[in-house]
Amino acid sequence: MIAVAAAGLCRRYGRRWALTDVSFEVPEGALVMISGRNGSGKSTLLRVLATAIRADRGTAHVLGHDVRADREAVRERIALLGHRTHLYEPLTALENLALVGRFLGGDGRRTALLAALEEVGLADRADDAVQTFSAGMRQRLALARVLQQEARVVLLDEPYGHLDPPGFLLVDGVLRRLRGQGATVLMATHLIQRGRMLCDRGLVLEAGRLVYAGATAEMPEPAGADGAGFAEGA
Amino acid sequence: MTDLLVALRKDLLLQWRGRAQIVAIFAFGAATLLLFSFAIGPDSVALREHAAGFLWLGLLLASTLSLAESFEREMEEQALEGLLLLPASARALYYGKAIANCAQLTLLGVALVPVMVVLYDAGTVRLLSLLGVILLGTAGLSAPGTLYAAMTAQTRARQTLLPLLLFPLVVPVLLAAVKATSLLILGDPMGQLRPWTSLLGAFAVVHWALGGLLFGRVVED
Repeated sequence: MIAVAAAGLCRRYGRRWALTDVSFEVPEGALVMISGRNGSGKSTLLRVLATAIRADRGTAHVLGHDVRADREAVRERIALLGHRTHLYEPLTALENLALVGRFLGGDGRRTALLAALEEVGLADRADDAVQTFSAGMRQRLALARVLQQEARVVLLDEPYGHLDPPGFLLVDGVLRRLRGQGATVLMATHLIQRGRMLCDRGLVLEAGRLVYAGATAEMPEPAGADGAGFAEGA
Repeated sequence: MTDLLVALRKDLLLQWRGRAQIVAIFAFGAATLLLFSFAIGPDSVALREHAAGFLWLGLLLASTLSLAESFEREMEEQALEGLLLLPASARALYYGKAIANCAQLTLLGVALVPVMVVLYDAGTVRLLSLLGVILLGTAGLSAPGTLYAAMTAQTRARQTLLPLLLFPLVVPVLLAAVKATSLLILGDPMGQLRPWTSLLGAFAVVHWALGGLLFGRVVED
């Protein structure tokens, strides 16, 4: 079954087209890496698929549901880790997860939430307000928030951003776990070697256009990348 | 209903965490009442006659600060978008925020009454009626105020835009609330309180209904 399908997707901000005629299909259970230089349209593509923004032209379907016409159904099946963490800064880490748990119909029990925080290495900071967290800790908490949703399609925008080397290994583990659970993952990243190691398929965007869709092994480097500039961390 | 309770709990918790800001907004409202009293001068009759108007002007000015503040936390890390993508009901998120804003403005209004009594020598023994008028008036301010605060929170000039959009819309609330409060302070020999409170109630009902319908369109792309 096709998990994500896009046909002729276009999106513009003002006069500038961020996505132009992007079409691809992703089978269910695939781990897909999206690469491209800054401003190539990676985040815009993920946000269109997540129903956070609308495409100006074209269509996209997630697990058969149209992202424009059937937003609610898509939202029940996706989880997005964006550049912004979706966290409430005055609330504690535990309160942020409890809030999501209650909206998802769970009971927000402390023990279950603490286990989720333990998984991302934040159990000892459970009762601290997010505004006291470093950028890396926020990223870890945002990752826990995404995992909490147990979504069938997971959209990760720079999941390695702000993380330390153990954090890189944490994301690697999360990706392997999601694959084991049969989730479909689309991950935008600049870490080309890491993405090739973990993902089956790749998409490359250049100036809003899709220039490659296929196996990661044959994936070209983004234009302008010299390898050394794309640090791989741990 | 469950989503509404979860949203309301979240907004009340956020207000509690930002209580220092609430104290600052009260101080702003009290300072406004003080400055208005200087403008009238030492004429105690004139002070008493204008007390209700100044109370509601102080509350209206302070409300733009508290309404704008209520969406600051939602926009910092796009937390509101995160809830919409869960998906949480936009209507529940609106009513949770509007009820929390209404509660905060009511508390602010109640806290400003003693300041008005001291500065304007304008008291009333009909305290429950006064509480009812404050509740209806703040309901009429918070319903459109929450909607417009959501709309302007996404713009750069939000501090200017919110009062520009809100003030013309809430003129009926201001007129009715000032009139009803004046009747409570100065006396109501003609029994005019009920029509003014009915107007306040009708305005609140219409705008609470509209706000719930329109909020999704305001916050979604």
